[in-house]
Amino acid sequence: MGQSLSSQLVNLLAAFLLLIAFAMLSQRRILTLIRLFAWQGAALTASTLIVAYTTGQVHLYFSAALTLLLKVLLIPWVLHRLIDRLQIRWDVETLINIPATMLIGIGLVIFAFALAAPISELANTLTRATLGIAMASVLLSFLMMIVRRKAVPQVIGFLAMENGLFFAATSATYGMPLVVELGVALDVLVGTFIFGIFFFHIREQFDSLDIRHMEKLKQD
Amino acid sequence: MQAVSSPLSGSLIVAAAWVAIAALSLAPSGNAFFARKFAFPLGTLAGLALTAFGLQAIWLAPEQMTLPLGLPDLPFHLRLDPLAGYFLMLLGAVSAGVSIYAAGYFRDETAGRLALIALEYHLFLASMALVILADDAYLFMVAWETMALSSYFLVTTDHKLPAIRSAGFLYLLIAHLGAIAILLCFGVMSGGRGDYTFDALRAAELQPRWATAAFLLAFFGFGAKAGMIPLHAWLPEAHPAAPSPVSALMSGIMLKTAIYGMIRVIYDLIGNVRWEWGMVVLAIGAGTTLFGVLYALMQHDLKRLLAYHSVENIGIILLGFGMSMVFVGFGHPAAGALGLIAALYHTLNHAVFKALLFLGAGSILHATGLRNLNSMGGLIHKMPQTAFYFLVGALAISALPPLNGFVSEWLTFQTALQAPILKNGVVRSLLPLFAATLALAGALTAMCFVKVYGIAFLGRPRAAPTQVQTAQEIHDAGLMERFGMAWLAAGCFVLGLFPTSFLLMLNRVSVSLTRQGLPEAALESNWLWLVPIEPARASYSPIVFLIVIVCVTLLTFILVHRYYHGRVRFSEPWGCGYSEQTARTQDTADAFGQPIRHIFGPLYLMQRHMPAADDAAPRFSLKIHDRHWYWLYLPIARLTEYVSSKIALLQQGKISIYLLYSFLTLIALLIFVR
Repeated sequence: MGQSLSSQLVNLLAAFLLLIAFAMLSQRRILTLIRLFAWQGAALTASTLIVAYTTGQVHLYFSAALTLLLKVLLIPWVLHRLIDRLQIRWDVETLINIPATMLIGIGLVIFAFALAAPISELANTLTRATLGIAMASVLLSFLMMIVRRKAVPQVIGFLAMENGLFFAATSATYGMPLVVELGVALDVLVGTFIFGIFFFHIREQFDSLDIRHMEKLKQD
Repeated sequence: MQAVSSPLSGSLIVAAAWVAIAALSLAPSGNAFFARKFAFPLGTLAGLALTAFGLQAIWLAPEQMTLPLGLPDLPFHLRLDPLAGYFLMLLGAVSAGVSIYAAGYFRDETAGRLALIALEYHLFLASMALVILADDAYLFMVAWETMALSSYFLVTTDHKLPAIRSAGFLYLLIAHLGAIAILLCFGVMSGGRGDYTFDALRAAELQPRWATAAFLLAFFGFGAKAGMIPLHAWLPEAHPAAPSPVSALMSGIMLKTAIYGMIRVIYDLIGNVRWEWGMVVLAIGAGTTLFGVLYALMQHDLKRLLAYHSVENIGIILLGFGMSMVFVGFGHPAAGALGLIAALYHTLNHAVFKALLFLGAGSILHATGLRNLNSMGGLIHKMPQTAFYFLVGALAISALPPLNGFVSEWLTFQTALQAPILKNGVVRSLLPLFAATLALAGALTAMCFVKVYGIAFLGRPRAAPTQVQTAQEIHDAGLMERFGMAWLAAGCFVLGLFPTSFLLMLNRVSVSLTRQGLPEAALESNWLWLVPIEPARASYSPIVFLIVIVCVTLLTFILVHRYYHGRVRFSEPWGCGYSEQTARTQDTADAFGQPIRHIFGPLYLMQRHMPAADDAAPRFSLKIHDRHWYWLYLPIARLTEYVSSKIALLQQGKISIYLLYSFLTLIALLIFVR
């Protein structure tokens, strides 16, 4: 596999990642959201593998395996179980309607590319063109967290943001040190479990997972 | 065995022993066996050992050590020089008396509370030892904060009472304000070089502007802990709230660690003292002295009164220290050394007699359940031994010869009398004014303790028996308590009667700190005559004084016995024609302060209830408020509340809004770093 082919493949996967980020932004059904999240993880795994193979960085294989295990298998499975137990497959309400959200998203992508352009000039890695995409997907996931009303999609947005960060790290510097990646992976896992526990508590308290109810907690 | 015999490792072992005692006190057992039986006596032994190591260190060259503790690449540095040795001696000696007292005082606590008190108490002692031993800003701050936190938990021992919780909060707040200032001061001194060992800070040459900033920060930060005005507000709240041995430790020793820090930072680390700094210290010191004693006179809560006297005595120490700085700044290091010695001597003296007085107050509280002087009276009959020890403390704090308070105040006066050597006319004429403040404060202190002693121990009980435990239940202090008080009372005598040996000791501290000691003539003072400058100018012999006092007393006694004996008859005193004499016809604590209240009226914020002429049950009540609350603290509190209420508008309670905040911040930062 030559430099150009792998570089093109990584670019393709990066485009795929961005597309999934947009899809998540526009998706109303939680079940599909989880599926999209898993697909995003799969794209991430594939791109990490390609980078690892091309550059011969051994620790990237480990992080690819970790991504596969955590973000494609374990966390989607946990989330599936969670929504089964909580009985929430229904459609998701958003604060801003979906077309408007998409427009804001496009603005963010342009902003991210403008921001990444000078950095990409400096970087001489295989994947330098993808930095803008990585940042765009971070920002899009953040936007998703803001516009969703229910707790579960917010958590998925949070996890997707971590995907974007991971992709940024791989594309800009061939990944973070393995220790850091292990730590981040553990954090994400533990975070998911804690969120899961909180969901039950929130529902117990308010009979709903709608975070509007939590506004009552504000002190006056 | 060289390592073990050095005072530094010895002191470190003592600190470790205190930590070990603290840990062992928590050992689970039914009745807190260790904490009840062994913790405080063992702590006393450790204190005595520390006294010995401190004394030894005063005469040795400075010693340094690096402990492999702390963060990676940031080990703890320790150093023991004569100044630190002197303060270790103070810590050890005073804490020994307080600990043996505490062994008796806390006897009746429940197991859980006792274990916690023993834990916090010994951690408190260990952290104070480490504050004194620290040789880098990092260990200093860690120990300093440990000290603040452990004493906070000791103050809030009775945390179920709201008043005590708020007292603790006030203490913690001011302690942290001070800690921030100290931290900033270290930052200024290191000047961004990132090396925070005291060696590096000592070597750093600061620009005059930055040196002044460092001085002001250090003065503010340590002053907050020492209780100078206007940062004294926590003292009169926290001392009554804490159990008495804890008040004794806090007032006797913890305030002194602040004095230690001030001297260490200003003389040792910043160096190149300017006389303007000295004037700032003097002005604040004089204000603190006068304010402390005037408010002490108005108190009827015994421990509050003692707390205000701590404020006053910190002021006296600051006066000596400030004069020292003025003299050094003007290039008269010998006079400066005398001022420093006076301040250090008063530091030790105050530690001894104030701890003794707080222990006495603790015994009264323990026996009668009373803190209000207006309800006390006649305690000398029920607790004669406590009465004696309290009298020693009262005489010492009133600066009466031959006890210790007199010596250090006299040395401070001698420093002030050096003023004519100064060239600057304004300063030369101001110094005697500060000395006059000190004289006024001394007289008012004596008046205040006449009031305390007369009201509490003499006369007849003022409260009805229903309010107090019945007369039979009032008992004298137990054996351990008496040991503790006797130790400190003996300290008052030793420090008062043999000042020359302490003068030589302090001369050594001063030489090691400023490379300048007292003139030759002074160093030739013998055990009998204390000569601070030269024999022609002033000298003082406490022993001769004592002999004269004893002789006059004996002579009077013999004469009375011989010529007046046999003509005494016992009968009811004449009732001035009134048919009924009750305890309420006696003078009260509030009544005693009335003349001062009249003269210094505008200083106080009074809330008085005057009974009307035809009142069937007339009761006079008086509350004195501290004006600082209304001028300084409450406006700041209100401003803070106003600003926070505006900032609280950010809090909308919607998660999306919060996320939006971080999102916008992220975007703004990204644009900024582009």
